[in-house]
Amino acid sequence: MSTTDHAATATTSPGGTPSGTDVEVVVTVNGVPRSATVPARRLLSDFLRHDLRLTGTHVGCEHGVCGACTVLLDGAPVRSCLAFAVSIHGREITTIEGLAADDGTLHPVQQAFQDEHGLQCGYCTPGFVMSACGFLADEPAPDDQTIREGMSGNLCRCTGYAGILAAVKQAAGALRTTGADPRAKHDPAAGGQR
Amino acid sequence: MTTRMVGAPVARSEDPRLLRGEGRFLDDLGHDAYQVAILRSPHAHARILDIDVTDALEVDGLIAIHTFEDLPPRLQQPMPLLIPHPALTAGRTQYVLADGEVNHVGEAILMVVATDRYAAEDAVERITVDYEVLPAVVGPENALAAAQFVHEEIPDNVAAHLQQTIGDAPRAIAAAPHTLEFRLDIERSASTPMETRGTYARWDADDRRLRLYTSTQAPTSVRAAVASFLELPLAQVECIAPDIGGGFGVKIMHPWPEEILVPWVARELGHDIKFVEDRREHFISSNHERAQVQWITVGFDDAGRVLGLDVRFIHDHGAYIPYGLIVPIITSTQLIGPYKLENYRVTFDSVYTNTVPVTPYRGAGRPQGCFAMERTIDRIARHLGLDRTQVRGVNFLQPEELPYDFGLTFQDGRPYCYDSGDFPASLAMLKTLIDWDGFEQRRAAAAAQGRIIGIGMAAYVEGTGVGPYEGGHVLVEPGGKVQVATGLSTQGQGHQTAFAQIVADQLGVAFEDVEVVTGDTRRFQYAVGTFASRAAVMSGNAIHLAAVKVREKALKLASDALEVDVEDLELAEGRVRVVGSPDTSIDLKVLATLSNPLRYAFDDSARIATQFATPADPDAPPVGDDEAPGLEATDYYSPVRSTFANGMHAVEVEIDPETSDIRILDYAVVHDCGNLLNPTIVKGQVLGGVAQGVGGALYERMAYDDHGQLQNASFMDFLIPYATEVPAVRIDHLETPSPLNPLGIKGAGEAGVIPTSAAIAAAIEDATGIVIDAMPISPSQLHERRLARPVTAGEGTP
Repeated sequence: MSTTDHAATATTSPGGTPSGTDVEVVVTVNGVPRSATVPARRLLSDFLRHDLRLTGTHVGCEHGVCGACTVLLDGAPVRSCLAFAVSIHGREITTIEGLAADDGTLHPVQQAFQDEHGLQCGYCTPGFVMSACGFLADEPAPDDQTIREGMSGNLCRCTGYAGILAAVKQAAGALRTTGADPRAKHDPAAGGQR
Repeated sequence: MTTRMVGAPVARSEDPRLLRGEGRFLDDLGHDAYQVAILRSPHAHARILDIDVTDALEVDGLIAIHTFEDLPPRLQQPMPLLIPHPALTAGRTQYVLADGEVNHVGEAILMVVATDRYAAEDAVERITVDYEVLPAVVGPENALAAAQFVHEEIPDNVAAHLQQTIGDAPRAIAAAPHTLEFRLDIERSASTPMETRGTYARWDADDRRLRLYTSTQAPTSVRAAVASFLELPLAQVECIAPDIGGGFGVKIMHPWPEEILVPWVARELGHDIKFVEDRREHFISSNHERAQVQWITVGFDDAGRVLGLDVRFIHDHGAYIPYGLIVPIITSTQLIGPYKLENYRVTFDSVYTNTVPVTPYRGAGRPQGCFAMERTIDRIARHLGLDRTQVRGVNFLQPEELPYDFGLTFQDGRPYCYDSGDFPASLAMLKTLIDWDGFEQRRAAAAAQGRIIGIGMAAYVEGTGVGPYEGGHVLVEPGGKVQVATGLSTQGQGHQTAFAQIVADQLGVAFEDVEVVTGDTRRFQYAVGTFASRAAVMSGNAIHLAAVKVREKALKLASDALEVDVEDLELAEGRVRVVGSPDTSIDLKVLATLSNPLRYAFDDSARIATQFATPADPDAPPVGDDEAPGLEATDYYSPVRSTFANGMHAVEVEIDPETSDIRILDYAVVHDCGNLLNPTIVKGQVLGGVAQGVGGALYERMAYDDHGQLQNASFMDFLIPYATEVPAVRIDHLETPSPLNPLGIKGAGEAGVIPTSAAIAAAIEDATGIVIDAMPISPSQLHERRLARPVTAGEGTP
């Protein structure tokens, strides 16, 4: 089967009911081509977590309110619990696993979350980090109120948000210094640029 | 290692892993497990007449369907009543699957196992259940009126009636110069952690061993419960709490039906099984809290001194009472706050309703108690025309009166006795932090611009670190790493960091070399759990005591090896060295090797511990009578009673004159949890608590209709605050160390949430002149109150 075909085959495989149709989904995730044959109703969040085993993306509500499942789709933040995997065929996804450098060095947004105590249990954190990366690409020099509003699409039950807001502010400064695209994988050797 | 770690704002070692998406939360495990979906009751109260699964049998991927009748006898017994109490005379708990009757929307009726969750839900949808719908009891007053019954055999809907007294409150009130009587209402809320509940079980048929992963605050007790229900020896059951995406109390409830069903089915089918709740399920099948109606009578003198306080309340515990009377007992006692009450009577009825059961949510009865007491103090001040901080001041217990035993029994069955604190000092700090005395000027300036602002405060005392005990194990490995384990589990509190700080200080090792494991019964099997702001106090001190033992053992081993007196040795930089001659030293990891006499040199470093390597006393055993191999120790911390933290919050709010929108302008916290292990973590705990408190004050309510349907069971409709709803908070710490434990610490986990509703109510009342007697309050509710009041009542000048 060609990797560019959006092919469908009849199936009786688990989870295929009631649609009875499996679809091969080919996407680029964190710069790597990935594919899996999944039922047409597979949510993008489940596709990432269970088919591709990228479990860093978390599911908090499954109705698009909490933002825990936020990933970047062609560079823009989306709720992966509200999209079907088939609907992103051929497109590019960035997840939390795609931000740190290959040697594990944290991305400036990730580093800022640690520095500013922007996480406690860490469950909502990947969604916040991805939202922040998308936000900072649009707003490289936000003021405090802009940050508060920009981060108001995600729920956190632990921190009271103060550390998260401070982290986004710190990250904005760090990214401006290096000129790196906030959505790109961190490259320490290039001063954060890629 | 000269830098002291305890007390330093050390960055959390948990963070890099979680930030890279490498967390191991429950649903990140077990990709190949079969998945469970539960058929839940759509009715608040009904008899189950028939269950027809025929249509479900055609679903591709279906593995099994189980009803109550399919369960073995042990699983057909009621779930445990976890905390029995003599006053709890009519306790009822649910079954893992309903036995012919359901008592709340969301109660588990039937379990489907399928190859994935999609297929399992398909099967659930195709199952038909016939119900005989029964009248539902909703709301605490309806429950007590007892026109209908939740459980047929309990005709008053009352599980327990309990009274505690200090002195003679009715007499003191009758004799008091002033009295007030009023009613307060607090609605239901819930923990709603971002990660729902989940359980994943692996049955190893070869070893006949069960490994259970579950998102619990009490893994050792889950293990014991599962072993009991599955009739397995404890030795064959392991329970691990992996990364947990927040708990806030709801995950201290255990065992949940799925924590029993999932391992049972795993053993039955010989296959990995996983259950993960979805968000709607969490709203209707995971426990709630808060709901109370309170009636208060208070007598006081001209200075506002409380002479007698009489409180009666109804506590709505929902359909079952698995966690006993803990929440209403905490309300009854912690209501007192920082005040010296010499005549107090508190009475409660804990009543059944056809709603989700109530078990602790962060604060666990304290926010309700604090609301009662602080609203009372504010009423007294208003009645007498006195400053609200002044009335608090005349009622405070003074520092020299501590420790103070009130003569009540606390939630742990121990005396209700405050050990430490300085309430007047805390109030002075709070007044400075919020500029209380400058507020009238701010009010006047705002009024001149047509703005309505108000200020309020609330104070609390929190019993933390309840027993019975926790333990800690500290082991120095021959490789140099220090392994630390404690049995309770972690839901974001940074235990890995804080406990490593404690051990690093004791052993003089690098923080990075200390590895902490929590909530894994393979590593530590005796524990109680993470609740009641107790983890740092209990496990922190236990680990400290274990580290002290390891330190002593290391000093003795080094003393023998270096032939130097113990008194002349110190631990630093991963070595034991001679004070004043740091070049004469021995590595801790070498001591770890030497502590374990060997026959076999399995690697180069092991050679020094083998039998021909060093001269030894040929007449003494290699391991002495009082010794054990290994540079390790286990110890336990078990206090005689709780240690009491305290704090005070002040808040300024602005009310929109046109819409009654409520905006928080400023929020100040003074917090006393004794010595701080890690100020960054403590601050995070307080800020997170305040955010939940703001939710409880202004947004969060479980909206049940008269039929017991929860009408807002989603994050669309149950509003927890986003960043735009939570104010910036300023915090000041007063540190009065606890005399009860070696680290001098008191719990900090729940503090932030306790006084928030009371403080915000006070500020809204101060701004509008309208008495606030129910929480949460929405702008529309406030607006109706403002429209309804007499036109003569002015705003902004209460």
